[in-house]
Amino acid sequence: MNTSTIPSIVGSSKRSKRVQFFLLCLFIPLFTIPFYVVLSASFKTSQGADVTTMWKLPAEWTTSGISKAWEALSGNFKNSLFMVIPAVAISSLIGSFNGFILSKYKFKFSNTIFTLMLVGMFIPYQTILIPMVRFLQLVHLYGTLPGLALVHIIYGIPITTLMFRNFYVSVPKALVEAASIDGAGLLKTFFRIILPLSIPGFVVAGIYQFTNIWNDFLFGIVTIPNPVNQPVTAALNNLSGTQTVDWNVLMAGSLIAALPTAIIYLLLGRYYIQGLTAGSVK
Amino acid sequence: MPSFILVFIFVYVFIAYTIRISISKNWMPGLQDFKTTDPWYENYHTLVSAGRFQADIRNTIVFTALFLLIAVIAGLLLAIAVSNMGRSKVFFRNLFIMPYAVSFIVTGVIWRWIFNPVSGVNLLFQYSGINSLYKTTFGAELHPDWMGSADVVGNMNGLLEHLIPGGTFLQVQMGIPLALLPVIFAAAWQLCGFAMAMFLAGLTSIPHELREAAAIDRASGFRYYRSIALPSLIPMGITTVVILTSTSLKIFDLIYAMSGSGVGFSTDMPGIYVYETMYKALRYPLGAAASVFMLIGVCIVVLPYLLKFSKANEE
Repeated sequence: MNTSTIPSIVGSSKRSKRVQFFLLCLFIPLFTIPFYVVLSASFKTSQGADVTTMWKLPAEWTTSGISKAWEALSGNFKNSLFMVIPAVAISSLIGSFNGFILSKYKFKFSNTIFTLMLVGMFIPYQTILIPMVRFLQLVHLYGTLPGLALVHIIYGIPITTLMFRNFYVSVPKALVEAASIDGAGLLKTFFRIILPLSIPGFVVAGIYQFTNIWNDFLFGIVTIPNPVNQPVTAALNNLSGTQTVDWNVLMAGSLIAALPTAIIYLLLGRYYIQGLTAGSVK
Repeated sequence: MPSFILVFIFVYVFIAYTIRISISKNWMPGLQDFKTTDPWYENYHTLVSAGRFQADIRNTIVFTALFLLIAVIAGLLLAIAVSNMGRSKVFFRNLFIMPYAVSFIVTGVIWRWIFNPVSGVNLLFQYSGINSLYKTTFGAELHPDWMGSADVVGNMNGLLEHLIPGGTFLQVQMGIPLALLPVIFAAAWQLCGFAMAMFLAGLTSIPHELREAAAIDRASGFRYYRSIALPSLIPMGITTVVILTSTSLKIFDLIYAMSGSGVGFSTDMPGIYVYETMYKALRYPLGAAASVFMLIGVCIVVLPYLLKFSKANEE
């Protein structure tokens, strides 16, 4: 992060820097255009929201599109919140415990177990849909938000375990050893010593998982057939497939569905980016 | 510890269950009929001889190749430029990663409208004068159908049927479906920020002394990147390629929201095929077989990489 403090190093002469700055600026419209389209359409009237004028700002600013979209999506939005928050909290907590064990205790096959678990991060979830639905039916959670939260927790464990394991590598082992000399057991060491140190890890893993689970679509539509109980991404896709919906309402709906992750990103982007690189096996 | 067991059941036992269904004849949720087909690979055979799945394989290959090319190169160039910025660094970094934090369904819905034939990009062609320039040069309007196009450019059928024994088995034209291009663009737009973040992390971890030494030797910026920065980015590059390839082989949400299966399955993907075959057509064994294909594809890319990681972990 301190590359900018030392002047006149290669690749960063004043002129070359200026050229690169200019080139980067050319990318600004490309990366903002979809957001512009959504925002401007969201504030248009139903009459003013014709796709043939999609590039124009609203002639008349109104929030009626947003309130109509909220009417259509608010239930699903709340479903998402109700499902995501416990799923993030529980999968992060389990991940931190696993990460603690895997980083501080070497036991037989620990590396094999860890690798086998990481495979779960990459598998196409299409391959496990049938037994997953069967399982949810068996435990009477099929079609419910707790059921959806449960599968997000389980399939979130590999990534949170990986993130916390990498996080705990920087925690001195002496701390754990000192605790065990004092007679603290595994759980006590974890809850008394490790957990209080883990707040930055929880921020990074929590934001990352919140974004992942909020943005999920496949699990939502497969585990919950009833549109009323589905998360907001599924509801937005249903809205998009409806012929009669006004374009401004659809765009406002996209805005609503994107808002929670976008706000978190704008406020805590630094931690999200840390999670991106921490969550990749390297 | 119980969580490990839970994950193993949900990953490995479930995969085994799906494989078992993929060789069954009539398995249905209500009817636990595990009788196998004869021969056991019949569902797989049905799958690869079906036009739709052949289109899916073609689309996956074209999509993955072009998407990777664009996302990785764009990510690398953006990372280099962003790493050279001073105060604007954080702004650019956050801007380019922003799309990655938004749901594929949301961006899919938006891009669907930006690439619709009656407005969106075609309207921009009109405004910017590109259309009239095109018209005077080629004599026709520049008015692509985008995802509505059924055109496939190139034809590899002859070559492929010559190379793979079995006569004329291809039901679809093997080439580049034009309808895939906007979808590839949208995916690269959304994921190149991820590639950039990875390369940026790699660039910042290059020891500062190396860069200063290069400056003292009066190495040019180009020389520095070619001889020092790029080689040290290779491990990060491999990680990025593996993750993006596995994402691309599994792609579902973005395309489902943006174009669906497309005209003549021109934007269909295995992920969509599995979902629709299982939950719309209720042909579970066939859908399961297609999902096993997806799993094999992902494993070919990911397993060597994970094994290498695991070995390095053992020290």
